[in-house]
Amino acid sequence: MNTSALITMITTEVIITAVTFYFFWRVLKTPPRPEEDSYSDNDEEER
Amino acid sequence: MSKKAESWGSRVGLILAMAGNAVGLGNFLRFPVQAVQNGGGAFIIPYLVCFLLMGIPLLFVEWSMGRFGGKNGHHSTPFILDSMDKRKFWKYIGVFGIFTNVAVASYYCYLESWTLSWVWHSISGSFSGQTQEQVAGFFGDYVSLTTIEPIIFWIICLLLNTWILSKGLSGGVEKVAKIGMPLLIIFGVFLAYKAITLKAGEEGAILDGIAGLNFLWTPQFDTIWSAKVWLAAAGQIFFTLSVGMGSIHCYASYVKSKDDIALNAMSAGFMNEFVEVVLGSAILIPIAIGYLGIDKVVEMTASGGLGLGFKTLPFLFEQWGGFLAVFAGVAWFGLLFFAGITSSLAMGTPVMGFLKDEFGWKTQKAAWTFGLVVFLLGLPTVLFFNYGVFDEYDYWAGTVSLVVFALIEIILFAWVFGMDKGWKEIMDGADIKVPSIYKFIIKYVTPIFLGSVFIGSLPGIWDKITNKEIYQKIAETTDPKVIEELNTQMTFVNGSRIGLLLLWIAIAYLVYVAYKKRIKEGRFTS
Repeated sequence: MNTSALITMITTEVIITAVTFYFFWRVLKTPPRPEEDSYSDNDEEER
Repeated sequence: MSKKAESWGSRVGLILAMAGNAVGLGNFLRFPVQAVQNGGGAFIIPYLVCFLLMGIPLLFVEWSMGRFGGKNGHHSTPFILDSMDKRKFWKYIGVFGIFTNVAVASYYCYLESWTLSWVWHSISGSFSGQTQEQVAGFFGDYVSLTTIEPIIFWIICLLLNTWILSKGLSGGVEKVAKIGMPLLIIFGVFLAYKAITLKAGEEGAILDGIAGLNFLWTPQFDTIWSAKVWLAAAGQIFFTLSVGMGSIHCYASYVKSKDDIALNAMSAGFMNEFVEVVLGSAILIPIAIGYLGIDKVVEMTASGGLGLGFKTLPFLFEQWGGFLAVFAGVAWFGLLFFAGITSSLAMGTPVMGFLKDEFGWKTQKAAWTFGLVVFLLGLPTVLFFNYGVFDEYDYWAGTVSLVVFALIEIILFAWVFGMDKGWKEIMDGADIKVPSIYKFIIKYVTPIFLGSVFIGSLPGIWDKITNKEIYQKIAETTDPKVIEELNTQMTFVNGSRIGLLLLWIAIAYLVYVAYKKRIKEGRFTS
């Protein structure tokens, strides 16, 4: 692969992958709210 | 005891469903072809700028409009838009958010059924020992309905979609997303690995897979100032994120007012980008170039990625031989199937939301009605595919309608509803801090961007309306048989447009009936 293609590909893919995993990790890490929320699975856990 | 309102099962389920809504066949078939045609690696610059300035703002706007409408029990765009301003006409603008979903689902389910059929043919070995021309001919025969098989697969696909929709949000749509999205990524990673490790001289390949990546990612910076490239990038962002459709509003309308939408929108949006840019760029083009060479692939992609994906790839997979050929076929078409079904399910939910909210229908009745309508409207795209009906639905419902609706909705959100109120809606319950520059971007930059995209598409729209391409073909031929065929095609094309227009009017009438019903019952309207 030529250098400019390699730099463009790696830069783009690393940024997109890192941001995707960061946001998804934030979602997984955020605890459910104590009050009733939008997700029925959380209600079942509280019972 | 009152029945519990419909809701999402989990936050991850919602994000996967929303990402599944966005991830479609275009991520694997359209994006790489657009990149090849518009400057290779340089295409990614306008593409990412459009994502930041148009895609992300529209995601914030649609998620927050949906959640805002959901507070008043609205789950489809006519009455979501209606609740945002006192003027009565907004509900009719919201008709686009139902029209697009019904019309797109009508042809999209047919496309989705091809993937199901190609999975079956990969397993049963139909492509084994065939030449490239025979595999391409198989596709031609398929869409020409030389057997009844396409109709059977299409009906199976419709029934599957309808059955899943009838199970509701958490019991149907969310479950499919939780299974489909991880499988799609696993299949994608497998195929990308095979594509990248393709070696010239092995398994019939003439070039390394890396040569395809090199071709795709080499930036041609001279293209970056071309308006055509920016329009293509903006168009791709539109299609890939499923904005301007009304399905994001519907999914978000089931999120409670104090729950986050900002992080959810980012997570789902970037998940789509990961699938499109990282996986989508690493499969179709590297494999095709590895076997066919750069010139041939450039020639083939001139007419889009559909041909390459369905007519060529099954033949190329056969070069891998035995179990690997079968598994690659199942992985590729399975991946496309999951990408397709998670999107088509998202098209059903706003329609069902409308019928349930306004006419008190149960989930099952609404789902089966949606299925029936999609069957009836989809029939012309199946029976008259070769007359351009499929493409006509795609152009008006899947392209023009999205831009029109997105342009109007952002004006409503930023200028009529008001940016201060709008910003509060975005930030309410947010688990991330959205940079305040986005307040400026949503108010000024995104509408200008969308306006430019719309104005830039006007010449193309005019050419379509006047059937310029067909008339040109008629002018270029003297063969009476070809002229007759082209005239027949024009009749079908015009008929499709009239049909779509009548569909829009019929939905607008239903919205009017629903509005009158609301007044009679003393229910909330603007």
